[in-house]
Amino acid sequence: MAKPMDQYTWRELLVGNVISEPGSSQEYKTGDWRSLKPVFDNVKCIKCGVCWMFCPDNAIMQDADEFFCADLDYCKGCGICARECWPGAIAMTEESK
Amino acid sequence: MSAGANKAGKRTGIEISLAISEAAKMARVDAVAAYPITPQTHVVEHLSELVASGELDAEYICVESEHSALSACIGTQAAGARTFTATSAQGLELMHEILYIAAGMRMPIVMAVANRALSAPLSIWNDHSDVMACRDTGWIQVFAENGQDAFDQVICAFRFGEDRRVQMPVMVNFDGFTLSHVVESVEFPAQELVDSYLPPYRPENTLHPDRPLTLGAFAMPEIYTETRMAHEAALLASRPVIDDAWAEWGKLTGRHYKAVETYRTEGAETLFVTMGGLSENAMEHVDAAREKGKKVGLVHIRLWRPFPIDEMRKVLCTAAHVVVMDRALPPGAHGGPVFTEVKSALYDQSRRPTVHGYIAGLGGRDVTPADFGTMYDLAMAAVKEGKKEEFRMIGVRS
Repeated sequence: MAKPMDQYTWRELLVGNVISEPGSSQEYKTGDWRSLKPVFDNVKCIKCGVCWMFCPDNAIMQDADEFFCADLDYCKGCGICARECWPGAIAMTEESK
Repeated sequence: MSAGANKAGKRTGIEISLAISEAAKMARVDAVAAYPITPQTHVVEHLSELVASGELDAEYICVESEHSALSACIGTQAAGARTFTATSAQGLELMHEILYIAAGMRMPIVMAVANRALSAPLSIWNDHSDVMACRDTGWIQVFAENGQDAFDQVICAFRFGEDRRVQMPVMVNFDGFTLSHVVESVEFPAQELVDSYLPPYRPENTLHPDRPLTLGAFAMPEIYTETRMAHEAALLASRPVIDDAWAEWGKLTGRHYKAVETYRTEGAETLFVTMGGLSENAMEHVDAAREKGKKVGLVHIRLWRPFPIDEMRKVLCTAAHVVVMDRALPPGAHGGPVFTEVKSALYDQSRRPTVHGYIAGLGGRDVTPADFGTMYDLAMAAVKEGKKEEFRMIGVRS
């Protein structure tokens, strides 16, 4: 969207609220929903990628050293990665704010 | 009969359900999706025959429920196909959540609804319970008075529903059995006339791999209210387009339709308000009562949504008393849907009539012209007692 959603008047909406720009869901940062965030311990991580495979939101990335980390813009904090990480390298921790 | 030779169509005795199928055929629909068994009518049965025989070049999708029928209609409409379906009673209620989706996505599907009672107790007979439960789904809703009206409304519905200024689904309501299964003389226009009236469907937005769009996405709290407002504004703004479509149809066929029809309202002290096929019974009564010198007339609502509030106020405020007949009982609401709508429209008028609401003809109970006399007598008795309004069911054994 060309401007933030809360600035559109009803007259500016396309008929039937059609979204004409593909991939606009990227603008919706679902990370806001999170109460717990995954914290990765790279000493324990063996780079197996189980967390990446199981993440239902495609919110696991790899850093420059190929360690796995969470994309906190979209990670909803479901904890599936921590549950599935068999070396125990992911800990779900309270969001500070 | 017709106004001129060029306007004269072919007059045929036909079951009204079949006439509606023929109207969809003449509108050159591209797709029909339907669940074929009870409570379906002959509308989709005949359409399946027309498709099977090659008379109608359309995709006929036989689905497993009405919920799926309307869902499939949204799919074909979104792909750019002119889409038609028909249903009735429980079938309409099974579609319920999809009705809102078709409207919210602004898909100009046309659906014929043979109005019937809802279970329980199980009833297949005529009243308006089914459509009144769908009153607030955001569709344009018209009520046919007879077979010709129902036939014409299907064609007109495509014209105004698809109009770029409207883009709304349209329900064409016609009374179950008392219209749907009755053989009537219906005038069929020439195909060329329908083609000239109804151009091929050119939707503003369609699903196409070359032009990716998201249809029916979710809306955050920041945008949902604006979306509903846009729908409300579009539905209200459809009025002039609907009127123009009817006016043009009138020019072509000699059959003129209005949102609110009046019958012998000149100098009337009491006006009946009706919707659907029983309006013609009310006319019979009005004729008989006028013979006896009673100053009564009839206001017949063809367009239920968007509600023609201005015309209703204008015509009803000329009378002293209004007698509204409803064909559905909303339990606990203190009045039928048409009655409460009419009262609400009149509340802030400086000179307003007394309003009396009677529920009649539920689940196939006959409403004869004489029953309108009963409603009139009850209303006059209430007025004599000093009541400004009255609401009750009539014809109930007690």
